[in-house]
Amino acid sequence: MSWNRKHLLDIQSLSPEEIITVLDTARAFKAVGERAIKKVPALRGKTVVNLFVEPSTRTRISFELSEQRLSADIINFTAEASSLKKGETLKDTARNLEALNADFIVIRHSASGAPHFLARVINASVINAGDGAHEHPTQALLDAFTIRERKGRIQGLNVTILGDILYSRVARSDIWALTKLGAKVTLCGPPTLVPREFEKMGCHVTYDVEDAIRDADIINLLRIQHERQRKTMFPSLGEYSSFFGLNKARLAKTKPDMLIMHPGPINRGVEIDSQIADCARSVILEQVTNGLAVRMAVLFLVNGGKGPQEVAG
Amino acid sequence: MADSSLILNAAAIQRALIRIAHEIAERNESGQEVVLVGIQRGGVAIAERLAAALKEIWGFPVPIGKLDVTMHRDDLDRRLAPDVQPTVIPFDITSKTVVLVDDVLFKGRTTRAAMDALNDFGRPRRIQLAVLVDRGHRELPIKADFVGKNLPTSPTENVLVYLEEPGRQDEVLLEKP
Repeated sequence: MSWNRKHLLDIQSLSPEEIITVLDTARAFKAVGERAIKKVPALRGKTVVNLFVEPSTRTRISFELSEQRLSADIINFTAEASSLKKGETLKDTARNLEALNADFIVIRHSASGAPHFLARVINASVINAGDGAHEHPTQALLDAFTIRERKGRIQGLNVTILGDILYSRVARSDIWALTKLGAKVTLCGPPTLVPREFEKMGCHVTYDVEDAIRDADIINLLRIQHERQRKTMFPSLGEYSSFFGLNKARLAKTKPDMLIMHPGPINRGVEIDSQIADCARSVILEQVTNGLAVRMAVLFLVNGGKGPQEVAG
Repeated sequence: MADSSLILNAAAIQRALIRIAHEIAERNESGQEVVLVGIQRGGVAIAERLAAALKEIWGFPVPIGKLDVTMHRDDLDRRLAPDVQPTVIPFDITSKTVVLVDDVLFKGRTTRAAMDALNDFGRPRRIQLAVLVDRGHRELPIKADFVGKNLPTSPTENVLVYLEEPGRQDEVLLEKP
């Protein structure tokens, strides 16, 4: 057992053992989701604030359901309907939430480092649900969980991340998590969206999609993040699709046991052909299920270690 | 270095478990309604031993499950998050006699958590408790139905149960602080 962190801010600072601890713990929580009664009292009486300053649907729903399954009380706080719109600073918002005796703050923010800032100024546990283009740690953990569950290991696997890497916090967190666990990570996409700079994180960078997918055990497709791009980074979506989209012809050139992943939302016909998204090699919906288990595990783990140690009896 | 003394050796453990199995059989005459649920981790190996002994007595296999109670503990924010082991109960416990099995009965809080956890799987006809060692110091009104060994201890001592651990013989030790 190796977890004594109060926050989950990023993957970069985690050790491989800590990542494995989350994955092992998540296995037990996945079983809870398969029971008739899908709820355990582990966070009974605790208050969780979901502070989603940047819009999110799937991650927020996944966190909310995870918190409910742990019996926590929940406050949802979104940018559209909040005082942040009225000019309140993040620090003041967080202090106010803390004055309500919140035990956990799950934060999604468009500014990189916002969760780290929050963790310095308040006493509650902070969980990063995505900060700018920096990190999205629970997504990386659920990706690693899904790969490990399907392949039995992560060490030595070839994982290709295909798409918009530059603007993707998922890519960064995935790269940290998977390289720490011994996978060989290849990045591929339009050169404007896949800078060579990423080689410094221990990845192989290629602009030849055939080369990127040939030996892949996992292909993780990323959506083009239109909302983050200040200017157009490639000529057209049609061209992107014909150069980098996963279609039948390309699928035929991959390993027969290769698995397709995607953090969602998928853009059918852009990064992936519609039939392929629904084929047996796609584990996209399993990722959604596993996201619940991983987020329950993270909340459970950061809840520990806040008081005197006592012998179990 | 902690000083420890031998409480039960392998043969004594086995004798105690055989006796408990006979007591379970005596208390639950038909046996058809009995299922065993071992509490992770120490109770699982003991439940397996009891199941083997009961099969000898009754002549049919007894369903066996394992239960992890950490998600139901009352001290989760007082300690580091504990390891969570799998819970596997591959049968319906509703209307069954569930014999909860643990290695050591101490404060009774694990047993309380186990009874709560069982609630999520169904409504048993009754729950009975079997433990290899009862070391006293209860903090809740809980009492075992079947006890291998009553062991007076001081609260600071440690009871160590080794059962089917790789590279170790079966034994129960009392460790002084």
